[in-house]
Amino acid sequence: MRTSFIAKKPSVLVFLLALAAFTIAVTILSEGFGIGVISTSFIKTLGKTLCLCLIAVAMDLVWGFTGILSLGHFAFFGLGGYMIGMWLMYERTRLIVSEALMQGQIPPTDAEVIEGIGNQIFGVVGSSEFPIVWAFADSLGLQLLLVVLVPGILALIFGWLAFRSRVTGVYLSILTQAMTLALALYLFQNDSGLRGNNGLSGLQNLPGVETPQSIVSMWFFLASALALALGYTLAAWIVSGKFGSVIRGIRDNETRVRFLGYSVEGFKLAVFTFTACIAAIAGALYYPQAGIINPAEVVPIASIYLAVWVAIGGRGRLYGAVIGAGFVSLISTWFTGGQAPDINLGFYTIKWVDWWLVLLGLSFVAVTLFAPKGIGGLFDRLKKEGGA
Amino acid sequence: MSTLLEVSGVSVSFDGFKAINNLSFQIADAELRAVIGPNGAGKTTFMDIVTGKTRPDEGRVIWGERSVSLLRMNEAQIAREGIGRKFQKPTVFENQTVRENFLMALKKDRGVLSVLLFRPSKADHEQVDALAEQVGMLAELDRLAGELSHGQKQWLEIGMLLAQEPRLLLVDEPAAGMTPEEREHTSELLVQAAKTRAVVVVEHDMEFVRRLGCKVTVLHEGAVLAEGSLDHVTSNSDVIDVYLGR
Repeated sequence: MRTSFIAKKPSVLVFLLALAAFTIAVTILSEGFGIGVISTSFIKTLGKTLCLCLIAVAMDLVWGFTGILSLGHFAFFGLGGYMIGMWLMYERTRLIVSEALMQGQIPPTDAEVIEGIGNQIFGVVGSSEFPIVWAFADSLGLQLLLVVLVPGILALIFGWLAFRSRVTGVYLSILTQAMTLALALYLFQNDSGLRGNNGLSGLQNLPGVETPQSIVSMWFFLASALALALGYTLAAWIVSGKFGSVIRGIRDNETRVRFLGYSVEGFKLAVFTFTACIAAIAGALYYPQAGIINPAEVVPIASIYLAVWVAIGGRGRLYGAVIGAGFVSLISTWFTGGQAPDINLGFYTIKWVDWWLVLLGLSFVAVTLFAPKGIGGLFDRLKKEGGA
Repeated sequence: MSTLLEVSGVSVSFDGFKAINNLSFQIADAELRAVIGPNGAGKTTFMDIVTGKTRPDEGRVIWGERSVSLLRMNEAQIAREGIGRKFQKPTVFENQTVRENFLMALKKDRGVLSVLLFRPSKADHEQVDALAEQVGMLAELDRLAGELSHGQKQWLEIGMLLAQEPRLLLVDEPAAGMTPEEREHTSELLVQAAKTRAVVVVEHDMEFVRRLGCKVTVLHEGAVLAEGSLDHVTSNSDVIDVYLGR
């Protein structure tokens, strides 16, 4: 009876093998570790894409399996990015400021160093005082803990209030969107303590590390691949047993689950909070590769894109979410990066930078209408034809 | 026989309409009871109150030897106390297999963490097999519940209720939409279940109630109109008035 769940779920094994093959292939082709076919900037794009796949897995757990259409998970992703960004920016500025002050005749006092860092970081918003939220920014360990704690506690409080009032369906979606918007608007303010709309920048430079970006980018790429592998396996394990049965039951008929004696609110809260933490970890890996985070990343539209990726990939199946996020975000980069050739119709030229969103919207409508199971649903069809 | 559930002086109104009006009702351990009454008599509302779905405006609902009030508990807590409910429309989890449906219903710790770590043991699988056999679904265990016929869904739901090992089973119109053979099977299941626990069956169909051969409670306008054997209540002039119109 005690066979491992991977043996029972061949799709997990297939996914892990495919991810490993992809990672090895990219490593061999990379500039940093391999023969240099793939540029460092594209390595970063691929690494970021893996992080987006990880948050898509989280979104699939909360939406595809539990039926909670959260439009707030990108807010947790962004918060994770901010938390790691604070340490990166503080520590790097401290090194630069200390070095500059060392040039002087007398060694600087601690207070002078702190003031120097404050001036450097908060000069753009007309301040030099450290806000209270930066209290732990000098400690990597604490700030890493905050990556999970801040979004986790926010999700816990928000979820507790929403679920115990039995807010469900579209009303819950609106509520999560309101939370996301409120957070974005707060972050946009100059006195939010997080540099307003400037956000945090220079995150690609690891403090005290002289290694070139071609190597650093590979570190993050490999870390992102590992995080995706772990996150995917954990999620697959969670949904494989009775817990998976219960949350799918909640998605399909919440009342019935309640009359079976399960505390529906407790299960929803557990999934919501856990996936918020996964999203935050994905964000903490994403933004050092992106190099910059600002409040525009957190606005509700980002969370809506996330839902679109998962829908296109096929919700309720974890590999579908990964395929959706990977595929759509990569072609989105291609279209909006100006690489896609414009189409000249004679009377009008379709510029993909402008028209990509229209294409994305149309494909979302098409998937919803004609292939409700998404790209992942095609695998079922292949399986059926193969079996028949 | 000791009283298992005691409902006394319960009233509830929706927008001024008194759905339940000073209702009192008792049921003992291991008793089978049929509740009949015309549409709007308050049968379903009565079940809603006992299972915590609806809060009454006044009255008491007392449960078990410890005489705890059910009014302070939510649906899940009441279910864990040992009250199982079958809805009128068969509600099973259609996207999951019959086995998964049963496993979810088995009486186990319902906490988030213990559910997460739960892996069915051999004994659990045997219990599922026994339940499936009892409701005649052993051959369907690995089918999706959504593929079952209407009658099979009803039995699956009854089987899931038995898996919960409740002390009181509330069953809402189990025979609706069933063929005569299916009805017979269903009535046997309920009579069998009532040997070890209390079962309350709400039903319209007099023939089905007769087959249950148990005490009958007639509800009308949210209160008990008559109580006794089926022959006794059907000869009651008040009941005849209510059913045939005045």
